[in-house]
Amino acid sequence: MHELGIASGILTSAVEAAEGAGAVRINTVDVSVGVLTEVMEDALQFAWEALRAGTMAEDATLRVTILGADSRCADCGHEFAHGRFDGAKCPACGSYLVQLVHGRELKIDSIDID
Amino acid sequence: MKVDLERQILAANDVLAAENRALFEAAGVFVLDLMASPGAGKTSTILATIAALADRYSIGVIEGDIAGKVDAERVRAHGIPAVQINTGGACHLESAMVRRAAETLDLDSLDLVIIENVGNLVCPSDFDLGESAKVMILSVPEGHDKPCKYPNIFQVSEAILLNKYDTLGVFDFDEAEFRSVVASLNPLAPVFPLSATRGDGVQAWADWLAARIDLARGGAT
Repeated sequence: MHELGIASGILTSAVEAAEGAGAVRINTVDVSVGVLTEVMEDALQFAWEALRAGTMAEDATLRVTILGADSRCADCGHEFAHGRFDGAKCPACGSYLVQLVHGRELKIDSIDID
Repeated sequence: MKVDLERQILAANDVLAAENRALFEAAGVFVLDLMASPGAGKTSTILATIAALADRYSIGVIEGDIAGKVDAERVRAHGIPAVQINTGGACHLESAMVRRAAETLDLDSLDLVIIENVGNLVCPSDFDLGESAKVMILSVPEGHDKPCKYPNIFQVSEAILLNKYDTLGVFDFDEAEFRSVVASLNPLAPVFPLSATRGDGVQAWADWLAARIDLARGGAT
């Protein structure tokens, strides 16, 4: 589903950066994906394999690191890890004024190129 | 050779979304991204919202669908300018599509543009279109368990419309459970029970939207 758009974004950025560095081939792309983005890694890999054909990333491996979610309470400062459904309320003081620190990442960390 | 990038994957969409937002703000138009499943009543809700607000605001509509133009025609039949986007298979709208559609509307003459996103509870929630607010509809027949299955859309929505509320007695929909899960996911979002086709509850939602529009204009009406 939206994995196709995400894989397309990864490919565009990776090829642009590799070309900018004068590379001829992309070997590996490392990405980090927050658990709250609801990206399915299998679907992302499937889309990646479909899109990379015919590009300089044709044989490139996509390595996906799934990052957990954590938030910080704006009222008491408590930092806590949480799942997909229980992050809106501070477990220490009950405040709803919590700010997400990690969990919605969608970023390319690095590429390996020749 | 390893090259560190630290780039946002959806950076291209986010840049275009920021441009859209600047364009909409310059034109003084409030843009609502309305998201829901297929059949939840997006077009009916848009028509009911227009009926409630047309005497106060000049309104345009951008219809997003995978194919077809029936929704835009349905809106135009009410004398409202509407432009149809066909995503050609994509399950959500992206900023570039919205920009092309917005350019065909006379934004300076409009106060409110409602974007009807592609029917889907997953992907639309991940894409910034440059809208002023995202709002979602869940309809009673879809079931009260949807916030548990699709939490993200409930988290990014600034208001949640519970449509087809008049069918509550027919379906096994646990409203208390629904509200409890929504409150844990998004404690600040109001839930508006309504029936778009009958008109019940539409006024409360329209009043909330009008307040948001007026707030965005710095209190002017």
